[in-house]
Amino acid sequence: MKYLIIGNSAAAVGCVEGIRQVDKEGGITIVATEPHHVYSRPLISYLILGRTDEQRMKYRGDDFYEKNGVRTFLGRTVTKIDPDGKKVSLDDGTSLAYDKLLVATGSKPFVPPAEGLDQVEKTFTFMTLDSAKALAAALTKESRVLIVGAGLIGLKCAEGITGKVASIDVVDMAGRILPSILDEHGSAMVMEHIQKQGIRFHLSTSVARFKEGVAFLKNGEELPFDILVMAVGVRPNTELVRDAGGEVGRGIVTDETCRTTLPDIYAAGDCTECWDVAAGQRRVLALLPNAYMQGETAGIDMAGGEKKYNKAIPMNAIGFWGLHIVTAGSYDGEAYVDEKPGAYKKLVTKDGLLKGYILIGDVARAGIYTSMIRERTDLDTVDFELLKQKPQLMAFRRSDRAKMLGGAH
Amino acid sequence: MKRVYVNEKWCLGCHLCEYYCAFANSGQKDMVKALKDIVINPRIRIEGDNFISFAVSCRHCEEPLCVKGCITGALTRENGVITVDKNKCVGCYTCILSCPYGAVMPSDDGVIQKCELCTKNLDGVPACVTGCPNRAIVYEER
Repeated sequence: MKYLIIGNSAAAVGCVEGIRQVDKEGGITIVATEPHHVYSRPLISYLILGRTDEQRMKYRGDDFYEKNGVRTFLGRTVTKIDPDGKKVSLDDGTSLAYDKLLVATGSKPFVPPAEGLDQVEKTFTFMTLDSAKALAAALTKESRVLIVGAGLIGLKCAEGITGKVASIDVVDMAGRILPSILDEHGSAMVMEHIQKQGIRFHLSTSVARFKEGVAFLKNGEELPFDILVMAVGVRPNTELVRDAGGEVGRGIVTDETCRTTLPDIYAAGDCTECWDVAAGQRRVLALLPNAYMQGETAGIDMAGGEKKYNKAIPMNAIGFWGLHIVTAGSYDGEAYVDEKPGAYKKLVTKDGLLKGYILIGDVARAGIYTSMIRERTDLDTVDFELLKQKPQLMAFRRSDRAKMLGGAH
Repeated sequence: MKRVYVNEKWCLGCHLCEYYCAFANSGQKDMVKALKDIVINPRIRIEGDNFISFAVSCRHCEEPLCVKGCITGALTRENGVITVDKNKCVGCYTCILSCPYGAVMPSDDGVIQKCELCTKNLDGVPACVTGCPNRAIVYEER
């Protein structure tokens, strides 16, 4: 069996490890545009911050490829998939044949057009190791940095470069920060915390035009800057599958075994969309844990084993300047809210199920909540009053607890 | 493989397992010196009320969501034992988000900690088990 993986991040690693659970022999080939040993993408902000280094941020050890019998073509880009001939073309004109193919091409930064943007000399994105290193190399103590985008990427970038530059301004069209994971109260609380670190926000506005080192905002503000970081959002890399005739929505459409609509072609990670069990709809869930688990499911299925990827939910654990945030699921439903100084909790229920939560500050044992969302735990079987106080196994029936704690899972 | 199990019926809620855990992982040889004047941060925790109590520690899952979700590769499962490489961990808490048992927690050194079955400390066998006065915590194959 010849396995071919396009991409070399979490989903690719999941796929290799999934294949090897079932098939120790089949040849695995990885082709990826980035010329690096597999590294953890979310750690690029920690790298700039000095909390990790290039060796420690490797997602798997130096012997990963050798140990798993993986042949790599790093620094090569796949330009075309031929699903009928079961081969892919590479940018150097060569081609590689496959029996089973995984597309784990990730996503790319979305840079909206803006007048004068092409004239800005020092423009960066913040997504890959190389982009982070390029940004870090350009920073000086005098740099005035403008970040466009107050989402996870933009704010992690801000944290990473803080202390290394003269000022950081963040602009976002949305009226609040981190709107994809927080509600209004949560956004306000985290924003206040980040403002205390000296970050300046300009919300509900956007850059109308750039001219000679100044960003002219639609609300009339003028922001002089030296370095621009575009962190508006990302778009799934779906072109290869679309061009090959596979179904693509916002991301590559995949089923419970992570197969695309093309025979013997799977997809996993940020380039895909899948079923979100909390929201009950198809979504792009561009998150590292999901990427790994999709890749693993694909690998096991490719190799003839059995595995389902059918409990996906959005979930995020992230911290900013020591303030921890853990969120999961959907916020559509009835909310229980608990606000304390320095801590915020919101639990959202609907149809007798826990659907989502936000925890800021105190995030202890959050996984008990996450599990209830993933497993669709019937709230009639738990003491929800206890769960409102804190996540705890006491809230479960003794018989359920005996199962949870009494065996191997 | 052998795991740590608690028998809820026999647990007295005395919290001694927490102290033995904290001591075993302190790296010190003298329990008094190790635990005097500190707030312990053990990897096994007692839950309960006046009627029920039980200890919770890592289940060393065969389907470990903490390991699969770990963004750095710091959490690994080898020979059934899930351990954390504190040198790689950056303390993002994705494992705390993931663990269905609430058995992963922040460590005192800014990353995370979890039960590693005393494989990395001087004890070699789980200290919570040997220290439990009522044999409510056992280390066995099931």
